[in-house]
Amino acid sequence: MIKIKNISKSFGDKKVLQGINAEFEKGKTNLIIGSSGTGKSVLLKCIVGLITPDEGRVYYNLRNFTEADKDMKSEIRREIGMLFQGGALFDSKNVQENIMFPLDVLTKMTADEKLDRVNDCLKRVGLENINNKRVSEISGGMKKRVGIARAIVNNPNYLFCDEPNSGLDPQTSILIDELIHEITHELDITTIVVTHDMNSVMGIGEKIIFLYQGQKLWEGHHEEITHSGVPELDDFVFANKVMSKMRNSL
Amino acid sequence: MSGFGRYVIFLGSLFVRRESFKTYYKLVLEECIQIGVNSIFLFMLVSTFIGAVTTVQTAFNMVNPLIPRFVISQVVREMTVLELAPTVMALIYAGKIGSSMAGGIGTMRITEQIDALEVMGINSSSYLVLPKIIASMLMYPLLVIFSGVCSLVGGYVVGTAIHLVTPTEFIAGLRFGFNPTEISVALIKGVVFAFLISSISSFKGYFTKGGALEVGIATTEAVTASVIAILLMDYFLVNILLS
Repeated sequence: MIKIKNISKSFGDKKVLQGINAEFEKGKTNLIIGSSGTGKSVLLKCIVGLITPDEGRVYYNLRNFTEADKDMKSEIRREIGMLFQGGALFDSKNVQENIMFPLDVLTKMTADEKLDRVNDCLKRVGLENINNKRVSEISGGMKKRVGIARAIVNNPNYLFCDEPNSGLDPQTSILIDELIHEITHELDITTIVVTHDMNSVMGIGEKIIFLYQGQKLWEGHHEEITHSGVPELDDFVFANKVMSKMRNSL
Repeated sequence: MSGFGRYVIFLGSLFVRRESFKTYYKLVLEECIQIGVNSIFLFMLVSTFIGAVTTVQTAFNMVNPLIPRFVISQVVREMTVLELAPTVMALIYAGKIGSSMAGGIGTMRITEQIDALEVMGINSSSYLVLPKIIASMLMYPLLVIFSGVCSLVGGYVVGTAIHLVTPTEFIAGLRFGFNPTEISVALIKGVVFAFLISSISSFKGYFTKGGALEVGIATTEAVTASVIAILLMDYFLVNILLS
């Protein structure tokens, strides 16, 4: 479980996050949603420690991450897997080396054990026999899947995904969503996904937090989202024509 | 001054939360190949031609028949050992390797590859930069020696081929009044310049913000700052080591 208390962050005069409190539950796909520029990615980066919040604390299973020393932070981070928006795969390495990288640096596994683990992860994300492909040789969707494989290779307790669907076609987006959702349940981990894709929200959002202008306006389950009673959330949810028609038919 | 302060803090960050020796050993070897082996051709080309041109120009300016011809190679030697091999080649090294380091690390920054390392609990600055600095400090002095040899060979081949100086005179000039301390000075310069180029370039790349345009700017700044640092440090080192 991850708990955040009173997280605030400003860049210059601009308040990006204002007193965010939330709890992200284990074994569930937790979503942070909101329009572009509402501070979703900043919140995610505050949670993983890539950005230090001005105020507030982040707890990983009651361990205070924000005020932890460097060794403690390093230890917690080794329990984290993260899928970045652009994949963030290392250009200088091939697919196998990318996925194996956390094992090379963080574990003392033998070469055979590492290779078995890499192949297991590749199989899990539906990619086999692409071990020796360069990152530049694979498609955007494959990059995301390789990114997921790298994120789970070290059996993380926490999985973070920053806009996993960006730049993907609708079918591939659904595949990626389902993959993240299935992995969360299989490994019984705490997953946080940042997205503004309503397909993801309706498909996998077991717990959803809605951000608006740096503030948390609503939280709940995807089944509750269409009748939240929050005008800003309604504007976000029913922004596209299909959803708008759905609202009118309700 | 704040930039210099950040640079010092950045250097300090290279030595905390390090990875295992085995990890660095592999990375340093890879960087040595990237930095050293891949620079050999350019260093050979530039040094050989500068050695040859210096021989021709020195001979052209020696109009006094009372000055012995072996002075030509003596001038080439002094120029090569004290300035060409360590300093002029450092400027070229900054252009080739420094820009590559800044561009590579800058691209890793804007594509979130550095964030990915940090999230894994790896000290990204130490993991990415320390091997580059160590490899530079190991390989650049070797390139200085190689460059010096190429320059003298270039001078010898051209000088004797077009009869500006005889082989015996050229060798005699190389030996005449030779002070071995100059080699030490060249190598010390090499180590210091390698450190400056690799650390400044990595620093500029590491703190890149934005997109492709900013990577280009960081690369240019890296080369400019490295060149200024080399020239200033050259002046100080010569004053300290040769006074």
